[in-house]
Amino acid sequence: MKLITAIVKPFKVDDVKDALRSAGIAGVTASEVRGFGRQGGHTETYRGSEYAIDFVPKVKLEVLASDSDVQRIVDIITGAAQTGKIGDGKIWVTSVDSVVRIRTGETGEAAI
Amino acid sequence: MESGNLAWILISAALVLFMTPGLAFFYGGMDRGRNVLNMLMMNFYCVLIVPILWVLVGYSLSQVPFENDFIGNFDAFMLKNITEAGDGSTLATVAFLGMFAAITPALISGAVADRMKFSAWALFVPFWLFLAYVPIFKWVYGGWLGQRGSIDFAGGTAIHVNAGIAALAAVLVLGKRKAGAAPPHSMPLVMIGTGILWFGWFGFNAGSALAANGQAAQAFMNTFLAAAAAGLAWVIVEWLRDGHPTNLGAASGIVAGLVAITPAAGYVAGASPIFIGLIAGVVCCYAVKLKNKAGYDDALDVVGVHFVGGLVGSLLIGFFSDPDFFKGSFEKGLFFGGDAGLLLEQALANGVAIVWSFVVTLILMLVLKNTIGVRVSDETEYNGLDLAEHGETAYHS
Repeated sequence: MKLITAIVKPFKVDDVKDALRSAGIAGVTASEVRGFGRQGGHTETYRGSEYAIDFVPKVKLEVLASDSDVQRIVDIITGAAQTGKIGDGKIWVTSVDSVVRIRTGETGEAAI
Repeated sequence: MESGNLAWILISAALVLFMTPGLAFFYGGMDRGRNVLNMLMMNFYCVLIVPILWVLVGYSLSQVPFENDFIGNFDAFMLKNITEAGDGSTLATVAFLGMFAAITPALISGAVADRMKFSAWALFVPFWLFLAYVPIFKWVYGGWLGQRGSIDFAGGTAIHVNAGIAALAAVLVLGKRKAGAAPPHSMPLVMIGTGILWFGWFGFNAGSALAANGQAAQAFMNTFLAAAAAGLAWVIVEWLRDGHPTNLGAASGIVAGLVAITPAAGYVAGASPIFIGLIAGVVCCYAVKLKNKAGYDDALDVVGVHFVGGLVGSLLIGFFSDPDFFKGSFEKGLFFGGDAGLLLEQALANGVAIVWSFVVTLILMLVLKNTIGVRVSDETEYNGLDLAEHGETAYHS
């Protein structure tokens, strides 16, 4: 079992959600987050003074997947979230030791 | 006094009162979100304490008798000899002028934002009212500066230059903010405040004719045009210079134009207010950058907008004054057939106001600093003044 974490541009979240849903992916958790990468934030100018906005708003998507689904989901997110411009975000995959569905007590792959 | 004139003064007084909440939002939106309530309270405090001090002795010392050179007397203490006198015209004028007295110290709050102890502000306002506002108001209106020939229709010298230079003295004693400057936490609040200020300013300027007459109508039109021209000028400058036409630029330009036309509102006509607005918009747009070079921390640009804007408007009277149009008894400006006499008197009046206000404010702030202290703790400055000073927060998440 794997946890797929994707940081994407907020305006791309709906596209990613629709693509995952039509591919039959059962669930996604989304959080509004702020951060910086190579884009390095942006600047705003007020009364001629520049202010560096270091943390840019992004959305973090988390998807639990069985090992066999991982590559497909990563490809779907990459395809749906890509603009080709700086700040498109990242996807990483980590191993998950155990999963429990709270309602039924099911564990492992059955709980995904 | 005719009922029409009385009605206009009373309405104008209410309009000027409304400017203080407007100023509070104008500044509050520009301030940090953790300090916005402190900013509102610094402003609202002025309309709590000043009206009482004004009817107690403020009006009397600054206007009674009108002919005194330097300071008035106590003949109108607690409205004595006024309330019982007939048609209400003097009473309405006392109320109208009281609104000006309330907003003038409030102007200074923008400079000391983010770091001044509220207890120090609570003492600063009444002392500043009597040490700086009352004497300069007296000298400009009826006193020795006015008698020499300088003119100030609605308070360019007495209010904006006075408060603007006091703001500089105050921040020199107070010191810089630990966390430095921050972008406005709520531009919509700034724009609401700007709208309220512009609306109220019609009472400020057109009401200063103290009658519902042609001079009031011209002052009204001048207030309309100068603010628009200055807002436009500011936006164009920053669009060309910085790349974007910003809301804060429009708001700042509008206020700079309103400040600049204030001393001139009843003395200029025709296209003059447009030129005064354009000049003020461009000059103030550059003046707000002075603080970065000079190194003083005037948080919300009280010096760059009110001091510079007031000075520009007051000096431009020396060029644009048009007594023939108003059939008035003031001097002609250089562009309307006059000599440099009026310009020199304007320069002198502002010079005196600048020196007096700067020195007494510096002394007052130094006394406060060495007694009760003027700055909040570093921890309060970091966490925000709203919670530590007022036990409230503006935004809950």
